[in-house]
Amino acid sequence: MISTDILIIGAGPTGLFAVFEAGLLKLKCHIIDALPQPGGQLAELYPKKPIYDIPGYPEVLAGDLVDNLMEQIKPFEPGFTLGEKAKDIEKQDDGSFIVTTDEGTKHHTKIIAIAGGLGSFEPRKPPIDNIANFEKNGVEYMVKDPEKFRDKSVVIAGGGDSALDWSIFLADVASSVTLIHRRNEFRGALESVDRVKELKDMGKIKLITPAEVVGLSGEAKLDSITVRKNNNPKEDFKLETDYFIPLFGLSPKLGPIADWGLEIEKNAIKVDNTLDYQTNIPGIYAIGDVNIYPGKLKLILCGFHEATLMCQSAYQKIYPDKRYVMKYTTVGGVTGFDGSKKEAPKAVVKSID
Amino acid sequence: MAKDVTLSITDREGHTHIVEAPTDMAMNLMEVIRSYELAPEGTIGICGGMAMCASCQCYIESDTKLPEMGPDEEAMLAEAFHVKDNSRLGCQIPISEDLEGLKIELAPEE
Repeated sequence: MISTDILIIGAGPTGLFAVFEAGLLKLKCHIIDALPQPGGQLAELYPKKPIYDIPGYPEVLAGDLVDNLMEQIKPFEPGFTLGEKAKDIEKQDDGSFIVTTDEGTKHHTKIIAIAGGLGSFEPRKPPIDNIANFEKNGVEYMVKDPEKFRDKSVVIAGGGDSALDWSIFLADVASSVTLIHRRNEFRGALESVDRVKELKDMGKIKLITPAEVVGLSGEAKLDSITVRKNNNPKEDFKLETDYFIPLFGLSPKLGPIADWGLEIEKNAIKVDNTLDYQTNIPGIYAIGDVNIYPGKLKLILCGFHEATLMCQSAYQKIYPDKRYVMKYTTVGGVTGFDGSKKEAPKAVVKSID
Repeated sequence: MAKDVTLSITDREGHTHIVEAPTDMAMNLMEVIRSYELAPEGTIGICGGMAMCASCQCYIESDTKLPEMGPDEEAMLAEAFHVKDNSRLGCQIPISEDLEGLKIELAPEE
């Protein structure tokens, strides 16, 4: 069981910054995220797009902002449960919570801060009739453990970075990799497209375009797919494969959190007030794009503010008898759990002879 | 003074709404749909309007002249589902006086 002071659900910018603010108060954080890497939408949807409204950054790439936040919170040694979705919650007699993920990982925490943005990212599933029958039986929407595909035949569908990157990676792992895309053009990074072309020329990746997967067959497990070339049913053909990995991006859904008894309004979690962003369940806060209150603006900088106030309130909840006075980092410095300390240089008083 | 344009938008429940959209607020079609709350929050404009998701896909039902499709929009629609010949991404259609009388239907939620 993982134990922490604040369990943050969502590793987007708001969730990451909450680790820093909690760290200043000597509170430990652990983060759960459905994606296999931190950064939320910034890392998943638009890592190379610039953001212009982060104070102090005239322009910053979304991916760079995530990297900087990760660097900023490093001294506070947050724990991560990545690639898993917070699923069940049990309130304990002492007011703490146990949160279990869809993979069964248990977390014990005093406070929960939901920073889930638009929700947990779930794979966009292609509209193939019987696809649900083959999920985890040959159809995978994410590559969590590449070793699973060692010496297996794999078909990947999609035209973005994930489809290209995993085709390249699995070319050295799987016995065969076939990449299927509806167009001849790919929208992933140029160097990835070039690398796929090289691997195709070397015979390590088979490319089928323009085409799409329209059918899946197999008894207990997937054994073949039906590929439609040129959007023409007359050109349909079957292809044997062990795995089919459709990588068409992700779309956010509030997911199991919606069943936790929290007040939901317009697909967001209603918070009782803007003093600390606590929900209708004491001890559970909602910060960032996932919450709603009068005047709400879904901006990263608003999420940072909400994370800060949430941490102050969480501290008082954990330590009701202690009084805490907010300190500026310029005055108090930053002391990490890893023993690191950052502080402003002391003023030099020159002696006068 | 800039004119409003009248648009006909059929939502995902099949209800048609006639709405006025301002041409002087740098809005796009997806933002108009959001501002009139014609699709639940969190189901449209997820990427914020960067042609990085297809949550604002719509079918163009009138012969209104629209801006050309850019490479980002074309690439995103190539990965979207429920795509038809008349599919466009609402976020890539700025509201201008040329859109007067535009009729669209929202594509199903993926």
